[in-house]
Amino acid sequence: MTEEIIIAGFGGQGVLSMGKILAYSGVMQDQEVSWMPSYGPEMRGGTANVTVIVSDERISSPILNKFDTAIILNQQSMDKFEDSVKPGGLLIFDPNGITRFPKRKDINIYSIAASDEAGKLGLSIVFNMMVLGGFLKLKPIVNLENIHKGLEKSLPSRHHKLIPDNEKAIGIGMELIQPIQVLES
Amino acid sequence: MEEKFARPEIRKPENIVYKRTDLLVDRPLSYCPGCGHGVVHRLLMEVIEEKDIVSKTIGISPVGCSVLAYDFLDVDMQGAAHGRAPALATAITRLWPDRYVFTYQGDGDLAAIGTAETIHACNRGENFTIIFINNGIYGMTGGQMAPTTLPGMRSSTSPYGRDVDIMGHPLKITELVANLPGTYYVTRQSVQTPGAVRKTKKALRKAFDNQDLNKGVSLVEVVSNCNSGWKMTPVQSNIWMEENMFPYYPLGDIKVEGTLVEK
Amino acid sequence: MGELRLMKGNEAIAEAAIRAGCDGYFGYPITPQSEVMEYLMAEKPYESTGMVVLQAESEVASINMLYGGAGTGKIVMTSSSSPGISLMQEGISYLAGTQLPALIVNIVRGGPGLGTIQPSQADYNQAVKGGGHGDYHMIVYAPASVQEMADFVATGFKAAFKYRTPVMILSDGAIGQMMEKVYLSDPVPRRTEEEIISQCPWATTGRPPTRDHNIITSLDLDPAGQERLNLVLQEKYRKIEENEVMYEEIECEDAEYIFTAFGLSARICQKAIELAREKGINVGLFRPITLFPFPKKEIRELGRKVKGIMVVEMNAGQMIEDVRLSVDSDIPIEHYGRFGGIIPTPDEIVNVLENKIIGD
Repeated sequence: MTEEIIIAGFGGQGVLSMGKILAYSGVMQDQEVSWMPSYGPEMRGGTANVTVIVSDERISSPILNKFDTAIILNQQSMDKFEDSVKPGGLLIFDPNGITRFPKRKDINIYSIAASDEAGKLGLSIVFNMMVLGGFLKLKPIVNLENIHKGLEKSLPSRHHKLIPDNEKAIGIGMELIQPIQVLES
Repeated sequence: MEEKFARPEIRKPENIVYKRTDLLVDRPLSYCPGCGHGVVHRLLMEVIEEKDIVSKTIGISPVGCSVLAYDFLDVDMQGAAHGRAPALATAITRLWPDRYVFTYQGDGDLAAIGTAETIHACNRGENFTIIFINNGIYGMTGGQMAPTTLPGMRSSTSPYGRDVDIMGHPLKITELVANLPGTYYVTRQSVQTPGAVRKTKKALRKAFDNQDLNKGVSLVEVVSNCNSGWKMTPVQSNIWMEENMFPYYPLGDIKVEGTLVEK
Repeated sequence: MGELRLMKGNEAIAEAAIRAGCDGYFGYPITPQSEVMEYLMAEKPYESTGMVVLQAESEVASINMLYGGAGTGKIVMTSSSSPGISLMQEGISYLAGTQLPALIVNIVRGGPGLGTIQPSQADYNQAVKGGGHGDYHMIVYAPASVQEMADFVATGFKAAFKYRTPVMILSDGAIGQMMEKVYLSDPVPRRTEEEIISQCPWATTGRPPTRDHNIITSLDLDPAGQERLNLVLQEKYRKIEENEVMYEEIECEDAEYIFTAFGLSARICQKAIELAREKGINVGLFRPITLFPFPKKEIRELGRKVKGIMVVEMNAGQMIEDVRLSVDSDIPIEHYGRFGGIIPTPDEIVNVLENKIIGD
């Protein structure tokens, strides 16, 4: 099994940490992982993306131009990465802030209104975990037990009190994710 | 030579009242006759001998006339790139905290190309001694204008005299670093008379004693002549120094035990 | 196996340095390598192992702190990125000229000038051909994974002391910033003062009555003396070329074509191999791990077996010169490079292989 994922959105949305928890969880179940961020002067508000690879084998390139899954959290990222999904691959997006919906018919497209839901529930800080939950519903490449261990490893101990909220968010995300049908235009 | 200048019958140990320190290597100095470097070298080695710290002393030589200081000073030494002696000394004192570390630098080295290293080492309060020889000129490279060259003073790159409107002002870096919290002892001395030599030796001793306290940088500036670079005889150059350098670079303690001296 | 962690390349370098018994780190912040010093300052090795960690006022100061520190016989290192490494060149030349051991890490970004903070391999020539003034080399290691970032720290220290020479780890912003699994080796204690004095009789430790004073300098005003020093250096470089070559061959057994790449480019080429082999093109990868010494013999022998070599670099063609100097068979040797922080994609690489080499 090799899963090549791009997670992309605004800085501050938890893009990098979502990738990190996924990568840590992969380590916990003895898989090979790589986590390759875009880096630069943008902190909050700029664009941020991270390539995460989880595999049973030695990982070749940590930098890719085609992905099994794209998780997209803003319009710029939709413009940039929709075409990078391999045919038959998966595209997950949060419709909040999306002005142009994806058009491709050769991939599986899912929507997850995590931003709205997290706002309603007062769980905005773990919005990214809802999105991760949605992804794991469709591709359970790491199990929840290892996610728990991954959270423990990747969060500093002063934030360990937030682990229950993170796990709750993953569960909500699993319920929230919806398939999208691209209609003929 | 021996026979002509020495009377063997009085050269007995019980008659010796003064001798060259063994820490000054017995070879001819490369400095011009009349230059202050040789005196400062001797004083420095006398202090290290008297403190009995040779096995714990590490010196940094600069680029400039004293680039070969390690040939004359019989202590472990490392030659720095131009201006970087305080960076080397910083690392050495941090890595060997119980060693006595000194840098020996000229004005071009310390106050021009090495300004950043000087100021930051002083500001960090590193525990070493800086010996700063200020002769107002680049001696070794052939008498070019230095950051300390006086207004109107001629040099090979200010042949009509330093015009401060074009070339900027002489830098009193010693006063500048005295104002930094990391300096503990800052003084300006000279070596053109026996009295001045004695004062400079006391200053050097104090600087090395300060390293026992680990309270920050001790900087001893020695205003010196450069008779070759100034194109004067040694005697003329000492008179010129007293008349021109000392008014701009007044002698005396500037900061003692971490406190600026009231003038 | 050691302790397993998920770490950034830059963090792995810092942690490996603490574990390798490093005595001192002197650095200055610059993207994309600042995590090295950030990690060290957060870990506080000055409390655990006694390692000195100091933020200098500039790269010029940090390389000269390294030079002073190296003179004491202690294990010292610095890290920076391309523009900072340019500023350090004078100091590196001094380290080579005085034959002092030190480790310099370059997390390369795109240039020239202020350039970009994105990854690049455009400092190959600067690292491998000397970089500063005078005839000298560093031993240059090019890690291609976070594991190698960690491993080459101890390897680098060892080589630096074995040959009394500055050593460089030449990596790039991507490997510095990315996280992978890394097995960290068990910590070794820092050497004691007695060990340093006995192992480094040349060091400035303070002159005891039992020896002459040690002088560390690269200055010799006598041309004959300076030539002697140069001959000593050149002999050392020949020994390094004999003994220290490291390289990796991937899927070369049946290969008709070869990619040659180092560091991150070599990782991307591995993906390109997967794609090319799906298309039925038998291609392998030759990865120099030491860039100086360059694996000349090994690439020459491989060159006699294959139909063409494609050199992939994130620069305009630097390592290809060493490949062309080494290979003696009449085969096409072509370069593919992206620069300024652009990373070549595996697809691009396969396309160029098909058009430039196989199409010939």
